[in-house]
Amino acid sequence: MHEMSLAEGIRQIIDTQAAAHGFARVTTLRLEIGRFAGVEKPALEFALDVVLRGSSAEGAGVEMIDLPGRALCYDCGEVVEIADRLDPCPLCGSGKIMPQGGDEMRIKDMEVI
Amino acid sequence: MCTVCGCSSGPKIDGQTHAHSHAHTHEHSHGDLTHAHPHAHNHSHDHDHTHGDHDHAHSHGSDHDHDHHHYGQGAAGVSVPGLSQARLIQIETDILSKNNAYAASNRRVLAALDAFAVNLVSSPGSGKTTLLCRTIEALGDQPLAVIEGDQQTSNDADRIRATGARAVQVNTGKGCHLDGHMVGHAMDDLRLAPQSLLFIENVGNLVCPAAFDLGEDAKVAILSVTEGEDKPLKYPDMFTAAKLAILNKIDLAPHCDADLDAYEANLKRINPNITVLRVSARTGEGMGAWLDWLRAGLASKARP
Ligand SMILES: Nc1nc2c(ncn2[C@@H]2O[C@H](COP(=O)(O)OP(=O)(O)OP(=O)(O)O)[C@@H](O)[C@H]2O)c(=O)[nH]1
Ligand SMILES: [Mg+2]
Ligand SMILES: [Zn+2]
Repeated sequence: MHEMSLAEGIRQIIDTQAAAHGFARVTTLRLEIGRFAGVEKPALEFALDVVLRGSSAEGAGVEMIDLPGRALCYDCGEVVEIADRLDPCPLCGSGKIMPQGGDEMRIKDMEVI
Repeated sequence: MCTVCGCSSGPKIDGQTHAHSHAHTHEHSHGDLTHAHPHAHNHSHDHDHTHGDHDHAHSHGSDHDHDHHHYGQGAAGVSVPGLSQARLIQIETDILSKNNAYAASNRRVLAALDAFAVNLVSSPGSGKTTLLCRTIEALGDQPLAVIEGDQQTSNDADRIRATGARAVQVNTGKGCHLDGHMVGHAMDDLRLAPQSLLFIENVGNLVCPAAFDLGEDAKVAILSVTEGEDKPLKYPDMFTAAKLAILNKIDLAPHCDADLDAYEANLKRINPNITVLRVSARTGEGMGAWLDWLRAGLASKARP
């Protein structure tokens, strides 16, 4: 849904970096996306394809790195790793868990020439 | 698009299309980045504003009411300085860092005013505007203002103004959510009084507004009893981000076999910290607890 806004945010950061670091072209862009970030990766890829046209990152390879979803279990008090937002606590089976991370959406780094 | 403050070309205020454009240069810094660049954008209003981590002042063109903002989309300019060697640039920057900077700025403005802001989020038609109109009437002479976000129309701001309250309509065009920048501009126009309540009615959408911090003190999710008990499980992000959930239209519960306890259990499963209030904006049932929650929020912002 809002992948277009995310792609525009990425472009703004790249444009700023291009001005600051004086590179000509981004060859690879590495993103870190948390499992609970609500980002649909194919939609983001498509949006980037459109939004990065005419920028220094046009045609750049995009790698998306998944970051794990972590949550605090309210019953056993442990911080656990879960794959899906609705998964129960793997330690005690409780469903009362609150995400403690996994909503990251970051540009990690980029390879430039 | 203005790459500095994100203003798209052709913003509309109060239903008018800005018919002229101008160019200007301004300088600003976001986090550790400072840059200056010239660009052109279209609008016609007078203001000084400070938000995000940038300041700029401009005055130009015709003067008119600031009650209606339009946003569309546009492409940013590019600069490609000279060649250099292949290398890796570590960035580690949040994709929404720009929005977050605007939100932080809005939060500072609110804190300086001891104002309490809520961001009302829900699917379309859950009763946000109805609840707000009723809330404004019940709050009497409490200073308050409303920012209305919709893709199109000024219907909701018109409904709010009919209660006598001050409202700014922001039209997001294709945008599926309000962002910190739009809210910053709207706040400039509202010139909030100290100790105000600020109500921000987001675009009806249970997905996207969850990710965009506006600088609010709390997100309040409105869920009406006709939507289905499983909505918190289907759209967990929004209910995780919310501090309060209002289960609205409880007057309809008997007519649609709604199980209010099941709604509440699903909300608490997704977010064990969430407060749940059962309300009918139509009959007024449960409004007292909601007003108390607002007053407590406002009191919590007061500085010694
Ligand atoms: N029965 C009943 N109807 C309600 C209640 N609250 C709102 N409604 C009705 O629900 C419909 C939608 O209400 P709105 O206040 O426009 O909803 P909204 O969330 O602001 O809608 P959007 O801004 O378009 O997303 C209207 O017909 C309201 O009269 C309620 O508590 N009970
Ligand atoms: Mg509305
Ligand atoms: Zn557990």
